[in-house]
Amino acid sequence: MSQAPAITPDIIAKHGLTPEEYERIETILGREPNFTELGVFSVMWSEHCSYKNTRLQLKKFPTTGERVLVKAGEENAGVIDIGDGWAVAFKMESHNHPSAIEPFQGAATGVGGIIRDIFTMGARPVFSLNSLRFGPIHGDDAQAKTNRRLFAGVVAGIAHYGNCIGIPTIGGEVYFDESYNGNPLVNVFCLGVLRHEQIARGAAKGVGNPVFYVGAETGRDGLAGAAFASRDLTEESKQDRPAVQVGDPFREKLLLEACLELLATDAVAGIQDMGAAGLTCSTCETASRGGTGVEIDLAKVPKRETGMTPYEILLSESQERMLIIVHKGREQVVKDIFEKWDLPYAEVGVVRDDGMMRVLDGGELAAEIPAAKLADDAPVYERAQKPRPLPEPLGELPAVDLQAALLKLLAHPTIASKQWVWRQYDHMVRAGTCALPGSDAAVFLIREANKIVAATSDCNALYCSLEPRNGARIAVAEAARNLTCSGAVPLAVTDNLNFGNPHNPENFWQLAECVDGLAEGCREFGTPVTGGNVSLYNQSPAGAIDPTPTVGMVGLIESDTHISTSHFKDAGDAIILVGEIGDDLGASHFLHVVHGRKAGRVPVLDFVKEKAVQAGVLAMIRSRLVKSAHDCSEGGLAVTLAESCMTNREQPIGASIDLGAGPADALLFGESQSRIVLSCRASNAATVLMLLGLRGVPARRIGTVGGDELSIAAGDEKFAWPTADVCAAWSGSIPQAMHA
Amino acid sequence: MKAAVLRFPGSNCDQDAHLALRELGVDVDYVWHKDTSLGGADLIVVPGGFSYGDYLRCGAIARFSPIMPALKDAAKNGAHVLGICNGFQILCEAHLLPGALIRNRDLHFICEHVRVRVENYETPWTNAAVTGTVLRIPIAHGEGSYTADAATLKELNRNRQVLVRYVDARGAVTADANPNGSLENIAGICNAARNVFGLMPHPERACDPRLGSVDGRIIFQSVLARLGVKAAA
Repeated sequence: MSQAPAITPDIIAKHGLTPEEYERIETILGREPNFTELGVFSVMWSEHCSYKNTRLQLKKFPTTGERVLVKAGEENAGVIDIGDGWAVAFKMESHNHPSAIEPFQGAATGVGGIIRDIFTMGARPVFSLNSLRFGPIHGDDAQAKTNRRLFAGVVAGIAHYGNCIGIPTIGGEVYFDESYNGNPLVNVFCLGVLRHEQIARGAAKGVGNPVFYVGAETGRDGLAGAAFASRDLTEESKQDRPAVQVGDPFREKLLLEACLELLATDAVAGIQDMGAAGLTCSTCETASRGGTGVEIDLAKVPKRETGMTPYEILLSESQERMLIIVHKGREQVVKDIFEKWDLPYAEVGVVRDDGMMRVLDGGELAAEIPAAKLADDAPVYERAQKPRPLPEPLGELPAVDLQAALLKLLAHPTIASKQWVWRQYDHMVRAGTCALPGSDAAVFLIREANKIVAATSDCNALYCSLEPRNGARIAVAEAARNLTCSGAVPLAVTDNLNFGNPHNPENFWQLAECVDGLAEGCREFGTPVTGGNVSLYNQSPAGAIDPTPTVGMVGLIESDTHISTSHFKDAGDAIILVGEIGDDLGASHFLHVVHGRKAGRVPVLDFVKEKAVQAGVLAMIRSRLVKSAHDCSEGGLAVTLAESCMTNREQPIGASIDLGAGPADALLFGESQSRIVLSCRASNAATVLMLLGLRGVPARRIGTVGGDELSIAAGDEKFAWPTADVCAAWSGSIPQAMHA
Repeated sequence: MKAAVLRFPGSNCDQDAHLALRELGVDVDYVWHKDTSLGGADLIVVPGGFSYGDYLRCGAIARFSPIMPALKDAAKNGAHVLGICNGFQILCEAHLLPGALIRNRDLHFICEHVRVRVENYETPWTNAAVTGTVLRIPIAHGEGSYTADAATLKELNRNRQVLVRYVDARGAVTADANPNGSLENIAGICNAARNVFGLMPHPERACDPRLGSVDGRIIFQSVLARLGVKAAA
């Protein structure tokens, strides 16, 4: 071995390990670790890889169901049955810290990583979504400029990777809020399709089987990225830029095709991508899952640079690499395929029966660690929690100009059209996009399986900051509602838990509450959690982000006649509100954007009512009685109605609405839950109302589609907004900020 | 009649083109870029994507692939060659079509439905339309701004080789309807012999009503009619 630094308390602390954790390492090894081994433990026991702070929380999630083929935590991604022998593998993952430092590559490699997780399962990736959060982008201050740079960089990075590899990015969400200043969130989701019998496993099976390294050469990029992602972002974080990986989507496209071609043969015993913690994680996890040992020689690993130490090679997070366990005697199959695709490959090791992860460097021992203990025996912590008080009820609100308020809300980047974003993503490759981005959920026709899948990502972090548990419950309900509005039945969930430093008891309480809320919601909808990701330490010097438990939900649309979109279609159609009208302004975007307050109680969510509303709307969609369905969420009814007027960009249309008696501000902008706005042919309105009534679902006709303005009567007041003004506010906001 | 879809490393619309042809009842195969024969195909599609990662310049490396001499021979011998998006870029780089495609005017990748007007229906690629037909077809590219020198442009117009131009909803060639800054709103051109056609829009993505448009079929139906094949409905 080269001269490695001696192990000192200082070195241990720099690796993010506590003295107790170090003692545990010594107990496992029965000796002092060497420098390389210390590095290996530090990344494997980082929060990113070990979930040491959240493992106990994650156990609360429902993870089983009759459609679950691969459960959460078993493999790189969960797999769900979609019928006729077909399945989907999907997962969401974060790349928050890298994107804060280097937005383009941070986001790009996030996309690359999640795509690898999917094809490692043997699935062909078919589409991606993303959930992004940034600080405010309007204004001339330095922070706004930084936020614009991060936003532009992240979007360009996602576009760069997704467009080149040819996987459409078909939806998602983008939020803007002060709490993400200095700490943007980049959560990326990918879904792939496969036959049940094609599920590939990340286990090192078969003692004596050769271990192949395939894909890009290893370099010094992304050194210990998993450890970097497991601490707070500070001013000094910029010096961690070498911890950000560099992506090459072209290489990944080749790797994807080569791996799928290889998996279609019978040569592969196990396959694992090299993501977080690179070669370290893939060797010890495959050995642990296989109940075997793996021995590799670093001298055989293809390298991009010379003079790399074992520590660097093991901890590198260079992208576009895979570890493949090959059935002995079938090596030539691997060689032929990787030569065809002009990709580096090397036989670097062998499966052993001794349970050890043994790393040689030119035959010399560099590290030797019991694989199962490294992978699975990370310390587990139950962190202290400190509840925050419930928000105070709202007092009297000062009068505001409600006419101007709608335009202000529509121009708020969280609500405004994201066309500037998704126009940069190839959202139509693979010829399956049935609903363009901007609809309630992404709808995709998977040609291979002749199945139509819908997917959405949702989380109202404003709610979660005020009442974490209720916010998380609503995130699940809203995701299901979005799928319902697209004509889908929800099947399963992947989640991405984005929180602040877990050592802060308030932060950890938020996390525990959100997990409880998500778990409850998932049980209510019968949508097991099949995997996901935890991202802690999302804090800048100004404090923690708002708790953001992003829910990615996948559903199935039974027939192409059930595909439903959110925009109004024809003049004269009736507009129906399903659900109760509500008059509650608590936690609303109206309060935040117009009154400058993040305050009040989060809207009440009753799962019984919610499920009745969703079942009723789905029945109406399936009976083909309705022409549009749109979920009511941020910005309340006025924003929902305006969106239904505008989302068909080529043909905006007006509407005239009467919301009845009540306080105008709450009628227009309150965010009561369990509400969906439908439109249908006027002659069908009575039938729809009758059928919903028979199900005990409240519904009423609130207006008619048509004209060139959105007019709303609410309480004693009447408002009218020319469609052109509404469109201009909504469409123009983000481009104006970004071209400023 | 046999069709072939070329596959370069980094091609990513190959499966979509294959599917569009298959659904029209065409006998179609993939041809790997390291092959040197097109297997006697009458129709060859050079699909979209990022051949060789589009490193250096879009299409610049693909033109040196082992399959390219066979493609040039086939084009010379009258086979019909359709280049879509990256395929158009490759055909320009290989000098099977004149001009070049450069970065979009606003420097962003752009993916959206656009409208293109058929400028000349008397070609193998547009005979199922009439001149002036407006097609709604998606684009998805970062480098789709068509450019050529004045003499080339004059020649293209004189020979009626510009087959589609970006237009607005009323079918008018306007600056606003030009998504990427292409000269004279040019979206696609053919060679003088009319058997090689390149365009930036993706007709293969507009062949299924569930995706919002079937206008792309007109291009495929035209060439199939020319080749004496009745396209499946």
